[in-house]
Formats: sequence, structure tokens, C-alpha cells
Amino acid sequence: MLIAILAGILFSILLLFIGKWVKTKLQLLPALLPLGLFIYFAQFFPAIAAGEVIEQHYNWVSSFGVNLSFRLDGLAFLFTLLITGIGFLVFLYTSAYLKNNDYLDRFYGYLSIFMAAMLGLVLSDNIMSLFLFWELTSISSFFLIGFNNKSEASRKSALWALGITGIGGLLLLAGAVILGIVADTYTISEMVNQKALIASSPLYILIAIFIFGAAFTKSAQFPFHFWLPGAMKAPTPVSTYLHSATMVKAGVYLLFRLTPVLGDNTFWNTTLMLFGGITMLYAAIHTIFRKDLKGILAYSTISALGILVFLIGLGTKEALLAAAVFILVHALYKATLFLVTGTIDLSTGTRDVSVLAGLKKIMLPVAIAGFLAALSNAGIPSSIGFIGKDLIYEGTLQLPNNVVLLTSLAVITNIFISYAGYLVGVKPFLGKLPERFEMTKTPEIRLWLPPVILASLGIVFGFVPSLIQDSLIKPILSSVAIDASDIHLKIWHGFTPVLALSVTTIVGGLLLYFLLKPTDKLVSFSNKLEVVSPKSIIEKLISLFETFSGWWTRVFQNGYLRNYVSVIIFVAVILMAYRLLQDTSYVIDYSSFSKLTVYEVVVLVIMVGAIFFTIFAKSRLAAVAASGVIGYAICLLFVFYSAPDLAMTQFAIDTLTVILFVLVLYRLPKYLVLSDYKQRIRDGILACSFGGLISVLALEVLAQPVNEEISKFYAENAYILAHGKNVVNVILVDFRGTDTMVEISVLAIAAIGVFALLKLRLRGHEREQK
Amino acid sequence: MKTIILRTASNYLLPILLLFSIFILLRGHYLPGGGFVGGLIASIAFVLHAFANGLKDTKKLLKIHPGFLMPLGLAIAFLSGLLPVLGFGEPFMTGLWLEYPIPVIGAIGTALFFDIGVYIVVQGVVLTIIITISESA
Repeated sequence: MLIAILAGILFSILLLFIGKWVKTKLQLLPALLPLGLFIYFAQFFPAIAAGEVIEQHYNWVSSFGVNLSFRLDGLAFLFTLLITGIGFLVFLYTSAYLKNNDYLDRFYGYLSIFMAAMLGLVLSDNIMSLFLFWELTSISSFFLIGFNNKSEASRKSALWALGITGIGGLLLLAGAVILGIVADTYTISEMVNQKALIASSPLYILIAIFIFGAAFTKSAQFPFHFWLPGAMKAPTPVSTYLHSATMVKAGVYLLFRLTPVLGDNTFWNTTLMLFGGITMLYAAIHTIFRKDLKGILAYSTISALGILVFLIGLGTKEALLAAAVFILVHALYKATLFLVTGTIDLSTGTRDVSVLAGLKKIMLPVAIAGFLAALSNAGIPSSIGFIGKDLIYEGTLQLPNNVVLLTSLAVITNIFISYAGYLVGVKPFLGKLPERFEMTKTPEIRLWLPPVILASLGIVFGFVPSLIQDSLIKPILSSVAIDASDIHLKIWHGFTPVLALSVTTIVGGLLLYFLLKPTDKLVSFSNKLEVVSPKSIIEKLISLFETFSGWWTRVFQNGYLRNYVSVIIFVAVILMAYRLLQDTSYVIDYSSFSKLTVYEVVVLVIMVGAIFFTIFAKSRLAAVAASGVIGYAICLLFVFYSAPDLAMTQFAIDTLTVILFVLVLYRLPKYLVLSDYKQRIRDGILACSFGGLISVLALEVLAQPVNEEISKFYAENAYILAHGKNVVNVILVDFRGTDTMVEISVLAIAAIGVFALLKLRLRGHEREQK
Repeated sequence: MKTIILRTASNYLLPILLLFSIFILLRGHYLPGGGFVGGLIASIAFVLHAFANGLKDTKKLLKIHPGFLMPLGLAIAFLSGLLPVLGFGEPFMTGLWLEYPIPVIGAIGTALFFDIGVYIVVQGVVLTIIITISESA
């Protein structure tokens, strides 16, 4: 399973080498990857239907409880099929949609990495690895949204998306860590057994808030929803794949996955119901203020995500069943509608729904896909959407209280959503073809087959729900610890209140569709209200922050190295002096000092001499040489006090520092006295007080009782555990090897920085234009 | 600084210093020394050579740009940490050792390769910085 998850990442590395052929001869090659993965995961069909759970475990950083454990249960299974199946169709579609794009290989690379990350996310049973894959999806989404990196708007949207989902990622990390501490395990399937313990913990609220933060940002819940409409700047395959079918459902997935761990709790349920409810209604109403096809779809997607969160918030068996079915329903019809939009956009060059009409003549298969998806979207009988919608109403109707409020909320939302579906799936194809589109060419097969397949699946499942009932839907409920044996997906329930609600929805949607025409007036009306939207409020906060940090930077980062050093030392002096003056007894235990030897006196005299020489030197070279002498004198002190390793290193470093100084000084203008008398006095006082404080500090440290446990451990175990006798070196390469690893990486980065700064020669047009 | 004495001396000093740096690197596990100091000494050897013979000669001697030493060293260090994970199913950076020490070199283990990685990175870093700075003069 690990290979299947990492396949996308490996493939993206492969693309570095075969990229140029993918753009020409091997256009269909990338699509084989998700197809192969789909087949791989599909073979688990019988096992999942039989209620089995497939687990695989790899040790990773087990000392921190972070392992690669993968678990394929019902919920993960549905998502893997969506990711790989829709992935395959999107890859296929992309090969035609971005046919002549220069960076097609790069696009496939990002898309494959995303697919790998998403698979990892849904299959992870360890919440830490889930977090890792979660972040990876945000990052790949950033690159995909900003794919048209020459457009400022798309770069900005990419940053927005990364910013919002990135904050969510941090919250997830915080939530995961606390959850791990409380439950004493990072394995999600084990947390389920600790449910009572977690629920009674005082940290429960904190965990829930962090998890909500993560899920709401990722799944575009109000008030964090606005990155999703912005993300529509991405090429349509991306919107289809990431921003409707899979990635934005990661938040819903997380909530679903954690329902057996954190759910069944008033705080959990109310919050989810509240946020989900607001989101679904807010976004649904927003759809009527858009006339860009993708804008309409973006808001109807947000609304659908709101419904999912709302259903998980209801938390009853019926509601969770509705959510499970709705995830599938929504993925099928919404991906279709996005692909249809993409094809229309590519052929006609516009996505403005108020001008599009009559395209049926030109692209009949696309029109069929659009109709079928609109049917499923509106929940018209014979589509899977009908079953999904019925389940939602059943979920709200069987609630213990607030039935009327919540049910009408759901009905209103669904009316707007079905209106959005008609607008995108039906409106562009009916009516008279405007003249300007008469020359439009019929799209090729790769542009209409994927949406047709997805839309037909929605109808097939609608007619024969038993196809998915046992194999897909029931295992999902079992994976959140609900007994699912008595569930039956039915097309016909008889004349029930649910049916009445369904009919209301369909009729309401149709009425809206016929009465309300998307016009510029509506769009500009909503633009006026934009001032109070969460987006503009956050934008204002950000610009305030930018102004503040600009001021801060101008004051403190003023480009003079000497000022930086004096500020740092000044702050350090203040802090240390404050602490030392508070409670220090100033006892110096002279008896503990060793006797002063002749060598030490000589070294000290050399040092003091060198210091004065440095200060009063008339040339830079002399000053550097003198400061080198100070360094060497310190080395000698290290030798006296038996720290040979330190002395050696210090010696070599000092030599190199002097060489570096000399190299740099060669290029500076003649030595000038830039500071006046007063400044020198000020600097002198600062330097002396810093030195004095360090001395006091050193004496204080000596007076403290020393905790020898750590050094004893190293000394005793250096040979036993690490086969070395030089404790210093053993600590560097073994006990604290990871530190060293990071340190040498930092060194390398510093060297690259120096190299880049000095070697970079920008050509005229590359310079920043001001 | 191209004096004949320094130039003649540096021709002999370079190999000796390099040998010394390797000695320091290997000796690190039991006695004072190690990859970091070893790397510094080796870079000083090259810097000395550059002072005596000019940067061009030193670069010719190095054949590749010292910048390439950084990824090489990092890779060696990282792989020495990864070996226990891939080969033996142990956590990252577990120390693994051959049972019997080899004459001259001493005990062979993953930590030794890690140290060699450090040795190479340090050389790469120091030489890259010094060459870049002196070239742009």
C-alpha cells in the first residue's frame, strides 16, 4: 500500500526526465497512473464489502509514536476510489484541456503529488502522518492554483489558499498533539477505544476547537470560505479534482473520521451544526449573485460542504448515512459540472452564463452530461442525487428537536443548489445559439467522455442503489462504529413527508431558474456588500499588519550591522541585569578556584594587549589580525582546561575567520573614522557592561550546584551504546546526530546564500521595477 | 603573496595537511578530532594552496566546484542515518557497527559515515564561501 501511495510522488520525479515526451507523444501516459491505482484499490472491493479492514504498518519514528500505519476501511475506501477514479478522468481530460501548454509536465507533476498526498491523507491511521499528508495537499494545491503564474490574480489566490489552509494545518497539528497526549496514542483506530477518557478530559474543548479550525479552513466553511472562489483561478481540471471532488472534502473526512473519537458531544454537535448551517445557507444564496459558471459552482460547492458538516453535526445514524451518500453524490455531479464548464470555456472562450445559450447543437455529449448532472444535483428521481437528498431530509426530520427549523434550512439550501445546477448544466445548452458562437468547433472526445462517464454513474447508481449499498455505503458507517446492517437505499419510499420535501425542492429550484436571470445588476449588488464580507475584513487586518511590520522593519532593520549588534547586546544586557539584580546573593567562593599559573597569566596579558590594540588600531587589517590573536589566546585557555576538541575547532575557525575578513576587507574603501567621540563612549559602556554581566553570570553559574546526571550519562554510555571513547564526538555524531544533521544543512544553506548573493547578476529587465 | 618559498612549501603541505585532516577525522571516535575539525583543516589546506598558487590553480586542482561537495556530504550523512531504517527496520539514525574493527581505520559503523558526511559538507561550505568571496573581489 505504501508504494501505491507514494506512486504519485515517484511519478512526479520520473516526469523530470520524461517530461518532454509527455507533452508530445506520450500524452496519455500520465492517465495510466491513476487508472492503475484505481484498479489496485478496486480489487479490495470484495474484502471491504465483506466488512474487512486492510491494515499495513511501517515503523517510522516510533520513539515519538509517529508511524506509517495505513488502514483501508469503508470511509477510506470510498475516498480512494474517488481520488483515483475521478483522478483518472481528470488526468485524461487534462491531456486535451492543456494540450499545448508549455508546462504540461509540471502540471502533471503537481497533480500526481496531490493525488499521492490525498491518498496518504485518507489512508493514514496515524494522526501525525495524516497531518503530514494534509499539509502536502495544501502545498500541491498552492502550486496548482498558481499554475498560471504570470497572472497576478492567480498568484494572489494561491497565496490566499495556502495562507488559510496553512493556518488550518497548524491547528490540526496542535489538535493532533493534544489528542495524542490525552489518548496516549497517535493511532486513530486506537483513539476510538479511549473515547470516554478523551470526552472527560478538560482539554476536550481545546482539541475540538483545533480540529474544527483545521476542518473549517480546509473545507471552506464560513468565515474561511473565501479562499475557494479565489481558487477557481486554477485551470478547470484542478477545480474539478481538488476544489470540488477531493481536497476540500479532506476537512469533512477529518470530522467524519473523528466522529467516533470526539463526537456524540453537545459542543461538537452544536458547533458543527451552527457552522455547517450558516455556510450552507450563506453560500447557497450567494450562487444567485454570480454569473461566472465557475463562481456559481464554487459557491454551490461551499454550500454542499456546509451540508456535509451540518449532517456530521447532527450526528445521528440517519444523518451520517446521508453524509456518506452525499459525499459520493456530490463528487459525481459536481466534478461533471466542472468538467462541462471547462469544455464550454475552452470551446467558446467565455464562462459568462448570461450570454451562453444553445450550445446543444455544437456539443451534444457535453450537454447530455450537463443535463444528467443537473438532474442528480437537483435530486430528481432516478438519479443518485434523489436518494442523497431524501436521506438528508430523513436525517433532519428524525431529529429530537428543532425539526422545523433545521429541515427548512436544508430545503432552502437545496433549492438554491439545484438552481445553481440548472444554471450550469442546463442553461448554456438550451435556447437559440448566439451568432458569436456559431463558429465554435465541436470538442474532441477527451473533453466530453470524462463528464459523460461521471454523470452516467450518477444515474446508474440512482437506478440500482444496491450496487453501492453493501460495498460502499455500509462499510463507511461501520468505519465510524455504527451498526449498518439494517440500511437500505431505496428509490421509492412511498408518499411520505420526505417526498413532499423533495418535490418542494425540485419545484422551488425550477421556479428560481425560470424567474431569476443572472444579470450584472445582481453581481454588482453583491459586490457592494463585499465590504463587510469576511474576506475584506481579513484583507484589512492583513494590510494593517503589513503597515505595522513595515514600520517595525524600517526602525530596527535599518541596514547598519553595528546597530543590529548594539540592539541585540543592549536587550540582552537589560534582560540579564534584570534577572541578576532580582535575586542573586553574590557569593564568590574563592576556595573553589584553582591557582593561577604562569601560562594563564601570560595568555591573559596577551589577550588584554590584543584587545587594546584592536580598539585603537589605525587600519582594518591590523584590527583583524589583533582580534585573531584574541581568538588564539582563547584557544590556549581551552587547551589549559583540557578541552582539546574545542580548542582545535576554535583554532581552525579563527584561522578561517581571519582569512575571510582579509578577503572582504580588501574590497572596502580606505579606513575612516565614522563614529564620533560620544558614540564611542556609548559603545564602550555597552561593551563593558555586557562583558561585566557575562563575568557575573559565569561566577553565578559556578556557585550553583551542578547537575551531573546528563554528562554522567554520556560519559558512561559513550562506549557501551555508541562504541566511541571521545564523548564530545560521540555526542555530535550519535547521541545528538540529528542536531548535527540539521546544523550541516544550515551550513550548506548559508553557503548557498553567500554564493547566490555574490554571483547573482540580474539582467536589466529582471530587476525589480519600482 | 606568490612567493617561491610559500609555493614550494604549499606543494608539500597540501597532501600532508589533507592526510592529517583524514587522520583527525578517523581518530575522532576515540580521541580529540572528528569530521568538523577535519573538514576545517582540509579546507585550510586548500586555502593555503590558493594563497600560494592563486585561486585558478586551486580550482583546477579541485576539478569540480566545491559547492557540489555540500549535497554529496549531506547525502552521505543522511543515507548513513537512513540505512538502519531501510536495511534493519530500526529507527532513523540508530548506530550500527561492524563487530570487528578494521586495522588502521578502526571500528566501522554508521556514525563513521555520518562523520565523513560532515567532513565533506564542511569542506564544501568553507571553500564555496571563500572562493565566492575572493572571486567577486
